[in-house]
Amino acid sequence: MKQKLEEIRNAAHTTLADALSLDALEEARIKFLGKKGELTAVLKGMGKLSAEERPKIGALANEIRSAIENEIESKKAEIASKLEEIKLKAEVLDVTMPGRAKKTGEIHPLTKVMNNIKETFIGMGFEIADGPEVEYDYYNFEALNIPKNHPARDTQDTFYVSDNIVLRTQTSGMQVRVMEKQKPPIRIIAPGKVYRSDAVDATHSPVFHQIEGLVVDKGVTMADLKGTLEMFIHRLYGDQTKVRFRPHHFPFTEPSAELDISCFKCGGKGCPVCKGEGWIEILGCGMVHPKVLSNCGIDPEIYSGFAFGIGLERIAMGKYDINDLRLFFENDLRFLSQF
Amino acid sequence: MKLPLSWLNDYMDIDVTPKEYSDTLTMTGSKVEGYENMGEELENVVTGKVLTCEPHPDSDHLSVCTVDAGTGEILQIVCGAPNVKADIIVPVALNGAKLPGGIKIKKTKMRGVESNGMLCSHEELGISEDVLGYEPEYGILILPDDTQIGKDIRDIYGLNETVVEFEITSNRPDCFSIIGLARETAASFNKKFTVPEIKFTQNGENIADTLSVEVLDKDKCKRYCARMVKNVKIAPSPSWMQQRLTACGVRPINNIVDITNYVLLEYGQPMHAFDLRDIEDNKITVRRAEQGEVIKTLDDKDRTLTSDDLVIADGKRAVAVAGVMGGFNSEVKDDTTTVVFESATFDASSVRLTAQRIGLRTEASSRYEKGLDYNNTVPAVERACQLVEMLGCGENVGGMIDVMGNVTDMKPLPFRPDKINAFLGTDMPTDDMVKIFSALEIKTDLKNMTVTPPSFRPDLTGEADIAEEAARFYGYDKIPVTLLSGEATCGKKTPRQKVGDDINDALTSQGLYEIYTYTFVSPSSLDKINVAPDSPLRKMVKITNPLGEDTSVMRTTTIASMLDILARNYNYRNAEARLFEVGKVFIPRNEGELPREPLKISLGIYGGGTDFYDIKGVCENMFGRLHVEGVSYEAVTDDQTFHPGRCALIKAGGKKLGVIGEIHPSVSKRFGIDTPVYVGELDFENIFLNIKSDVKFKELPKFPAVTRDIAMLVDKSVPVAQIEAVIRKSSGKTLESIELFDVYEGEQIPEGKKSVAYSAVYRAADRSLTGEEVQKSFDKAVKNLEARLGAQLR
Repeated sequence: MKQKLEEIRNAAHTTLADALSLDALEEARIKFLGKKGELTAVLKGMGKLSAEERPKIGALANEIRSAIENEIESKKAEIASKLEEIKLKAEVLDVTMPGRAKKTGEIHPLTKVMNNIKETFIGMGFEIADGPEVEYDYYNFEALNIPKNHPARDTQDTFYVSDNIVLRTQTSGMQVRVMEKQKPPIRIIAPGKVYRSDAVDATHSPVFHQIEGLVVDKGVTMADLKGTLEMFIHRLYGDQTKVRFRPHHFPFTEPSAELDISCFKCGGKGCPVCKGEGWIEILGCGMVHPKVLSNCGIDPEIYSGFAFGIGLERIAMGKYDINDLRLFFENDLRFLSQF
Repeated sequence: MKLPLSWLNDYMDIDVTPKEYSDTLTMTGSKVEGYENMGEELENVVTGKVLTCEPHPDSDHLSVCTVDAGTGEILQIVCGAPNVKADIIVPVALNGAKLPGGIKIKKTKMRGVESNGMLCSHEELGISEDVLGYEPEYGILILPDDTQIGKDIRDIYGLNETVVEFEITSNRPDCFSIIGLARETAASFNKKFTVPEIKFTQNGENIADTLSVEVLDKDKCKRYCARMVKNVKIAPSPSWMQQRLTACGVRPINNIVDITNYVLLEYGQPMHAFDLRDIEDNKITVRRAEQGEVIKTLDDKDRTLTSDDLVIADGKRAVAVAGVMGGFNSEVKDDTTTVVFESATFDASSVRLTAQRIGLRTEASSRYEKGLDYNNTVPAVERACQLVEMLGCGENVGGMIDVMGNVTDMKPLPFRPDKINAFLGTDMPTDDMVKIFSALEIKTDLKNMTVTPPSFRPDLTGEADIAEEAARFYGYDKIPVTLLSGEATCGKKTPRQKVGDDINDALTSQGLYEIYTYTFVSPSSLDKINVAPDSPLRKMVKITNPLGEDTSVMRTTTIASMLDILARNYNYRNAEARLFEVGKVFIPRNEGELPREPLKISLGIYGGGTDFYDIKGVCENMFGRLHVEGVSYEAVTDDQTFHPGRCALIKAGGKKLGVIGEIHPSVSKRFGIDTPVYVGELDFENIFLNIKSDVKFKELPKFPAVTRDIAMLVDKSVPVAQIEAVIRKSSGKTLESIELFDVYEGEQIPEGKKSVAYSAVYRAADRSLTGEEVQKSFDKAVKNLEARLGAQLR
């Protein structure tokens, strides 16, 4: 009987090894383990065994049953995974076909660059101020040490609304507005539109954007001005960018400087972008003129500060290699969708 | 300001390359725009005499010439110019010569005849008519008969010169002169510079015996100096003078005028030369013009003056507009024999206003209006006399007339080296500052610790100015780089600025692109969008000096700007466009007050099968994201900008959030758009005020929901908002939400009716609802729909 059982084990093993489908497996199960199957048939003869042998044979029969069952299960899993594999192979997609994306829009490149600049200054402890675009002559000029008939007014061809109201030609008036309201320490930037009566061409627009910056506190030095703006430039253009401060003149700062950076196109060797100079002018800055501080009721003997003005379009044109200022205001979707 | 380096070398030895020179001066504050090596590309071109000139045997337009170019042999050169002939002096490009544009001249054969060089035109040499001083005839350049043969053409025209061009800032009129730039150069390179001594002989007469000068307005005229030259022989000035003037961009005229221009460039002091014959009564009066007084200026134009303008007058009439331009009647002529040189200073803003009023900006006025040094008038006029003597073009009359006006002397300023160092963040020794000041002719008094700027530096009025002078020559690059210390501040955006960012996100995530438009528009832009003549939008901020009518008023609505951009994209054949802008409009207040500048969000969509519900969906999504609650939409039928049946007013919390809708076809047609356009204008502030800022978590539901559908027939004219309101009101607390899922008109629906279907979700927070409860609530809603809206349940 033992021998019979071993034969069944072997026969089952061979049958199962050859089984290729789930149907064949079921057939084998019925053949060996079913009610009318071979194992059952053998077990029916158990009664004839001695009481001594019966448990041994019983145990063997159970062992063989579970071995066959296990083999069927594992074979089942094997076949199922094969079948799945076949099915998946048939489901191949061309992954190079275009995706199905929800269309999204974008903020304007000027806003992108503006956000970048704002974040940098917020990180340095600055707040953002907003002010009127139609502005009193006083804030735009007089309080900034540019009285009527000052030659500096020539370089900023002004749109007038009335004798004492203008479209602001610079965001610098925000220095005065902020200092009138807030006592030091002051660290603000004030971005916004400014207006100058320039005819439209590739590098001029009667409307453009500036970002004014102002720091006023006790003991603010020109070295601080250099450090702050150098950090800003490195955040914006990368640490490898060289920065130079060149003396200049603005009526509302003294000393004044223009900040040049090494040309982002040629790295300073000289190319058409930097007109062969290797440097590109980025912004104007300087120590707040003592008269401007006094005009705002801040004592220049106690406090000092620095200010700067950044032309947004110039920065964006450099960053994105845009060669025509008009593109910003034409708003052609073929342009807007590139950023 | 252009500076020929050879001129600089008259005052100092400066032996650096133009690049080094430019870099150094730029870093001390005299920004170099660029420099030009004139004649750089010109080599081996000399003067030569055409000895013979015969027609080419094999050509009807070429000539075969023999030329003596001082090379020791007679050259045969073929020439194609129509004006070539024997016995003229011309530029000869020798074998191996280089011309501008990289052209090389070589021995060649032209139609079988050997040619050993080329006779050149001024264009081929790259010599402009400005440099020549006249317009030559077409063909080769013909030089004066007395020109030496074999001379380098660059020497003839002063082309071996480097000219550096500076950008001079408005606070430094002293640098609009060669001497001023020489001073800056000396300080920059730590060198000495000396202005040569002015010496000339004067005859025994005295100018005061012939001419009188009276200054009536001593505020507007700070100083008036005059000298006289007699026996003047008007002729061209010598070539060295012409070349310097030309290099500086000034056209040579004649010796006397050239002298005044030379002094202007050298000293920065405008000069004027009068013909004494034209000064009636031999008397010069500096006075205010009569109101309406007319003067014909040098440029042959009549200028009408006001009593605020200062003129130079003789016994009878004005002969010059002070500081701006001389008069036509008194200019130097070819037969002038006695000249009066004027060297004067006038009040800066007076000159500026006059120049502005008569619309005439000259070399002189642009200098005067920045404020000139009254101590410069005497050296300048004496330099002119010295040049007269050098040029041998007249006899200097003895004496000078010098009338002083009201001037203020430079005041000493406190000098606190520690304060300067603290301000700059430097550690500069006092000695170094003193050295810098001395190079700039700023006097230092170390006993009283003061500095006194020279009179040509009126820009130095305070300690900060002095600090800048020290910093410039110490070197901005040597100032350390430090980070802000002191009380820490917390950088942040305001709540409004954050909402602005959220709006950008909400709109871009829905496929809208941001645009930037001009905030000034044409007044007629309102006509274009059908704004009524009496609309408050017609009250606009006007620009008094606009670039043009189309940018002459500040906008009161963003709709026209948006339509312009949509139209542009439509014209560019962009099939669809979804755009937004966050921009200001300008609402006038009382006269003399600044306008209000409310921020608007403008939306614009066309193409891609868009309809009204797309733009409404954009708004709903945005409000959802911003947590603007209680938003309602009301039909607007009388806004002429919009389609009368497809326009909605958006409200929340009793405030108007804005208007959206389909643009009236007549309007979109006017903008050239043939497809439906959807535009909206929302008010930032009113949106901001309706934002629920304290958003709190709501417990997730624990009990199941029951969904019931309600389908009904109602009159076509009943807005769904009303149906929803009735359902909500009558369903009680267990109604969680209702959703419109079908609106249908047409087949099987009676005329004038529509079928509307809602899916209603019922739920209680604390228990499972029973069927009865839901049915009760549902029945009540149905009853009210029937009663209030005449709905028939389907």
